[in-house]
Amino acid sequence: MSKNNKGELPLYEVFIRSKNGLDHKHVGSLHAADAEMALMAARDVYTRRGEGVSIWVVKSTDIVASSPEDRGSFYDPADDKLYRHPTFFELPDEVGHL
Amino acid sequence: MTDKDMLFDYLLRLGDNSLILGQRLAEWCGHAPMLEEDLALTNIGLDLLGQARMFLSYAGEVEGNGRDEDRLAYFRDTKDWRNLLLLEQPNGDFAMTMARQFFFDSFQYLQFEALSNSTDERLAGIAAKSLKETTYHRRHSTDWIIRLGDGTDESHERMQRAIEALWGYLPEMFDMDAVDEAMVVDGIGADVAALRPEWDEYVNGVLTEATLTRPEDSWSVRGSREGKHSEHLGYILAEMQFLPRAYPDAKW
Amino acid sequence: MGVVDREFEKLEAAFQAKVEAEQRIEPKDWMPEKYRQTLIRQMSQHAHSEVVGMLPEGNWLTRAPSLKRKAILMAKIQDEGGHGLYLYSATETLGISRDQMFDQLHSGKAKYSSIFNYPTLNWADIGAIGWLVDGAAITNQIALCRCSYGPYARAMIRICKEESFHQRQGYEIMMTMAQGTEEQRDMAQDALNRWWWPTLMMFGPNDSNSAHSAQSMQWKIKRQSNDELRQKFVDATVPQAEFLNLRIPDDQLKWNEDRGHYDFGEIDWEEFRNVVKGNGLCNRERLQARVDAHEGGRWVREAALAHARKQEARKAAAAA
Repeated sequence: MSKNNKGELPLYEVFIRSKNGLDHKHVGSLHAADAEMALMAARDVYTRRGEGVSIWVVKSTDIVASSPEDRGSFYDPADDKLYRHPTFFELPDEVGHL
Repeated sequence: MTDKDMLFDYLLRLGDNSLILGQRLAEWCGHAPMLEEDLALTNIGLDLLGQARMFLSYAGEVEGNGRDEDRLAYFRDTKDWRNLLLLEQPNGDFAMTMARQFFFDSFQYLQFEALSNSTDERLAGIAAKSLKETTYHRRHSTDWIIRLGDGTDESHERMQRAIEALWGYLPEMFDMDAVDEAMVVDGIGADVAALRPEWDEYVNGVLTEATLTRPEDSWSVRGSREGKHSEHLGYILAEMQFLPRAYPDAKW
Repeated sequence: MGVVDREFEKLEAAFQAKVEAEQRIEPKDWMPEKYRQTLIRQMSQHAHSEVVGMLPEGNWLTRAPSLKRKAILMAKIQDEGGHGLYLYSATETLGISRDQMFDQLHSGKAKYSSIFNYPTLNWADIGAIGWLVDGAAITNQIALCRCSYGPYARAMIRICKEESFHQRQGYEIMMTMAQGTEEQRDMAQDALNRWWWPTLMMFGPNDSNSAHSAQSMQWKIKRQSNDELRQKFVDATVPQAEFLNLRIPDDQLKWNEDRGHYDFGEIDWEEFRNVVKGNGLCNRERLQARVDAHEGGRWVREAALAHARKQEARKAAAAA
């Protein structure tokens, strides 16, 4: 990515669970030399107002991401599978909540 | 000294320690070695400031002369301050700041642990809250002692120099004077002398992991419990107290 | 026209259509190179401003007149550091590293908001910065919460949420000072006198002279024009000054019934250009402080990296 970032601390992505019962959510990134440092920094940077109960940090280079060009083959095939969504099925009201 | 006077003095010690160290950390604001660390140092500074306000407010109430946290923070001169000499020492480089922080955090951790069992409920409450904060502070400074000690030749050298420069200020933490003794007897205060072995064990373990050499106990200075400070405190106060002293009628 | 050109035009049209439809552009999506470069310039400048902005307020942190004010100020400056970090983080998704951005700042290639090149001379300046400077910043930033670039918009949403207390604490300081002793009143008026015009300059040149505006509006990385935002700020702020019983230092300031806005005097653009060029009172100090922090911290970062490598090696050796 960068030519002259020798000596720059690696980038970590930060994910925070805001409260129990919710998924971890990506909130941003930071630089740290190792995982412990990243975790401590994530706490200082991203939970200053008690935003989290659990933190994940992942080295940015360890994330495998789909690319926008994959979008067609990854997601479009789901478009015609409406039967995966509950509203696809019409049931009489008498059945009650299902 | 009455019981009340002694409790007042004891609370001042606790409050002044947190305030002076917090004030020192505030000097780093905007100048830390990396942005992430700027946020860490201000977090610790904020915790310390919060502790100071709780201790000083309580001290003022115990004294009963209408002095609140600000009256105590802004209108006492050096001889009435009770903070440890260690904490008023200048920041120096980042190694010096972290060494000072580490020695104090590892002491404070044990002291707050003891104080959270105080028979004085208010004090126990403040200590229990502060213990959580200090647990994080200690982890943060411990990490840095190890990182810098076991980092590069330069960082190792700087850290070794820092712990040697501060070593003689440490015995004062474990001193017990009449006030401390009385507080222990009443079940209010912590027996700090008794904390030394556990402190030694923790500090030795960290220094070893950091490949640092524990200095010889060849010198020590003390005096803060009687208000005898190093020259640095006067400058800290001159800066910190300037506004309320210059405009004593003003409210801020 | 070659196939490559036609392909590029198609991509660009699709990109613009997406922007028009208020869809967000994400890091790995195709984007025109100029869009990327403009964003890097704007976002890094914004990040630098947050971080340099810590300095003028930090100047009063050790002298805050009460412990409560000290705590509030420390939390606020810390927020600014955090906001700088969010913005660097968002900018890095465009393929530039934070160190590269620092290099650009330190070499003078990248700018930061000129407002931070003015000195903080009395305690009321801390109030004025919160009230005026943060007020102006928020006016700008709210518009950017709907910016077309996803990471930037998300950072701005987070920042706006956190900044709402900044302006309020500033105004509260001004209120206390304005209602305080005569000396405090003087400090408050003095602070307003010195910060008013530089704050209006924060919105940038007039629309007629703004080099980047039209394209940035089209790309929706700027949602309202400099003059619109400036007017909005003036309209909101004048009644606040009246409430404080302080005088805004502009003889031409008056309500214009027809326009439904305040008319105000002309900014001294010569001063603006001069400070942007690096000749403000504090330009040199501010930049030097950042260079010193970064260069002075190099050995610390190197040590952290060296230790991490040693740990890795030990782990590998133990596993072997």
